Amino acid sequence: MTDLSAQDAPFAGSSGSALVRRRNRKQVIVQGLGLAAISFAALMLFILIASLVSTGYKAFTQTHITVEVFVDPDEVSVEKLPRGGFREVLLASLQKEFPEVTERAELRSLQNIFSNGAQFALRDMVAADHSLVGQTVTLTVPVSDPFDQLAKDLVKRETPEAQRRVNDREIGWFDALDAAGKISQPVNWGLITNADSRFPELAGLKGALVGSFWALLVCFLISFPLGIGAAIYLEEFAPKNRWSDLIEVNINNLAAVPSVVFGLLALAVFIGWFGMPRSAPIVGGMTLALMTMPTIIIATRAALKAVPPSIREAALGVGASKHQVVFGHVLPLAMPGILTGTIIGLAQALGETAPLLLIGMNAFITSAPSSPFDSATALPTQIFIWADSPERGFVSRTSAAILVLLTFLITMNAVAIYLRSKFERKW
Amino acid sequence: MTTAAFLCLFVLAVAGYLWNRQAASAIRANGTRLHSLEGFHGFYALLTVLVPALVLILLWQVLQGPVIDALLKGGISERLDGLGTGEVQLIVAEIKSISRGAVFGTPEQWKFDAAERYVTLNMRSDTLLLVVVLVLSLALVVFSRRKVAAEFRARHGVERIVSGLMIFCSVVAIFATVGIIASLMFETGKFFAKVPVTEFLFGTNWEPQIPLREDQVAAEGAFGWLPVMLGTLVITVIALLVAVPVGLMTAIYLNEFAPKKFRAVAKPFLEILAGVPTVVYGFFAILVVAPAMRNFAAAIGVDVSPNIALAAGSVMGIMLIPFISSFADDALSAVPQSLRDGALGLGATRAEMMLNVLFPAAIPGIVGGVLLAVSRAIGETMIVVMAAGLIAKMTINPLDSVTTVTVQIVTLLIGDTSFDNPKTLAAFALGMMLFIVTLVINVFALRIVRKYREAYD
Repeated sequence: MTDLSAQDAPFAGSSGSALVRRRNRKQVIVQGLGLAAISFAALMLFILIASLVSTGYKAFTQTHITVEVFVDPDEVSVEKLPRGGFREVLLASLQKEFPEVTERAELRSLQNIFSNGAQFALRDMVAADHSLVGQTVTLTVPVSDPFDQLAKDLVKRETPEAQRRVNDREIGWFDALDAAGKISQPVNWGLITNADSRFPELAGLKGALVGSFWALLVCFLISFPLGIGAAIYLEEFAPKNRWSDLIEVNINNLAAVPSVVFGLLALAVFIGWFGMPRSAPIVGGMTLALMTMPTIIIATRAALKAVPPSIREAALGVGASKHQVVFGHVLPLAMPGILTGTIIGLAQALGETAPLLLIGMNAFITSAPSSPFDSATALPTQIFIWADSPERGFVSRTSAAILVLLTFLITMNAVAIYLRSKFERKW
Repeated sequence: MTTAAFLCLFVLAVAGYLWNRQAASAIRANGTRLHSLEGFHGFYALLTVLVPALVLILLWQVLQGPVIDALLKGGISERLDGLGTGEVQLIVAEIKSISRGAVFGTPEQWKFDAAERYVTLNMRSDTLLLVVVLVLSLALVVFSRRKVAAEFRARHGVERIVSGLMIFCSVVAIFATVGIIASLMFETGKFFAKVPVTEFLFGTNWEPQIPLREDQVAAEGAFGWLPVMLGTLVITVIALLVAVPVGLMTAIYLNEFAPKKFRAVAKPFLEILAGVPTVVYGFFAILVVAPAMRNFAAAIGVDVSPNIALAAGSVMGIMLIPFISSFADDALSAVPQSLRDGALGLGATRAEMMLNVLFPAAIPGIVGGVLLAVSRAIGETMIVVMAAGLIAKMTINPLDSVTTVTVQIVTLLIGDTSFDNPKTLAAFALGMMLFIVTLVINVFALRIVRKYREAYD
């Protein structure tokens, strides 16, 4: 700051008159305000990222409990599989650790240390290998959300018992298990490999990731050819008349239409009139394609414009037709710019939420879609669902999901920047 | 089946390409001069086969569902007589789920029969599609093969088809706009058949909770959009109060005062801020900003609403900072160097030059950018859906909770999509108003920006 103002004050040494001082002070004030504005923006970005990381990093690990489960043939019989008393078997394994617990209500809260998914994990294991019945299995399963929070220090032990989600007794059990080395906190791969769930400790992003992938694929397959075709026509072939003006104004306006309006269009036309399935990535992809197309068109036109006329003239001069010039020479040279614009457009589409909400991609779906016609969520809508969920455990999951989304966006933008710097030619 | 149709089509198209190409080479090998290169003969066959057949498959896919549904309903028309549309839809859905093998309860026998019929109809349609595609593409292959001759202008044919395809691509953009306007007008028309236009435009009461069943006790439902629009304006004004000063000062500093290295760092970081999805800003608002504001208000003893408008508005303002700063930066850069040099030459300090010369000269471009930001703020959805309120009030108090047009659209449409009650249709009426307002602002802003650019070029 100081050296800047000294260098920018031409009369500083020559005269100390009040006017000069006032003028110099104004200069300093303007610069100071500018720096303050940038610092404000930087501070906001910092707080945004810091708050996401500080709440989100805890969701990248998940507290697990390891127990020796004796698969009691009295509770689980081979004939009845996959049904059986897996809950009871699990409870019995914990009861071994705490023989003093006998009361029903207390047993239930002891059971609650396990995530609701534990019995299904055990069931799948036994169903896959019937010989496990009657044996003792070592099982590592997630603990339920309150205990996960306790382990991650999100539930403070100092808070009065009445305001805590786990009571002193449960903390005692948990600490005993921890002391026995049965509690671990490995990396939470479930965040990527599980689909959505009502239980925070089991909820993952697989459904959303696959849904976003399908939607983006559909979006790309539609908007890329359409966008390039339209851009080539408008830039290279279209006669300058009222029609091409109309199309051009149209595309510029389409780029500025609020995204929620595209959602209304999709709801009324694709779902209402064409009868396409609700919540399906194909509809989401088509909607996103309409929004991405103007971006691609604008980027493609800029890239085509950047190819120097000499290339065209040379090709025309050796006898190529107009089409041969464009498709054989101009388009390949413009491709890096087009691809950059497309990736940036797709990155925008990946973060778009509002239109997907209107076509129902915010449904609660517990399995990943296997085709673009199945019901699914997308990454941003999954974030919206989790942000709305009342369970405490979803707060850190939401932040983690946002970090995953931002990682994808940054990667896509980095690829675009790399492509631009690597292949774009300066003429 | 559709995959098989696609596969056949592509195999035949490629075969046509090779056949025509080879035929053209044979003519050339005989010593005759071809008008077009062999490749163009090939492409001619490829395109003549692909384009019509693809159009056919797509149309078939779109029309198949409704036609089969109609046939299905026709087959059981005596059972559906006298039922409402909702019940008919339920029965059709049940029959379809039976046909997929998912049976709940014990449906009547006629439903099983209908399900069987549904499966047969679908299979017939698929087989028919395959046959039609096969016949059509074979015919087209033969047709294009017979065209191959020394003087045949295959290149012109190919170029005509390609031009046609490109024109189609550019018209899709028009389709999109027409689709938006048509769907909004259609549903809004239905809405105004139920609710008078004057009530919507001038009513000061917005309570879209209408009874779903006859016997339900609920509010009558009022559809005056003024409080919703007022809430939108409150949030927009808050957003601009944050974004315009910060964005402008950022642009001024970066454009004139920042050292080159600083600029090289600051620009990409503003781009990051611009690339953050709005759902992230929404979560930021409810996770950090709103609680902070509530705590602050509680500390100084002011009573605020939990969904304080200030939180949603200021986070939206943060979102708009890079938008405004990049527009202002462009506008300042577009001012000719001669103006800068002139001002500095007369002895102005750089701050004086910026504030008294550059800034006034760039005002039209900046105003255009701010107007575009206004339209972004009005149409922005996720931040307000997550952080603003749901209840419409005639208030301009930024500490109160307000609702916006986009919030109402989303809440009215989530979960419920029967297109015949005023509640869902109201969302389309709001969407129509949103579209019109943003369109007018956008057209106006783009005109200002463009006009100004031309003035100096």
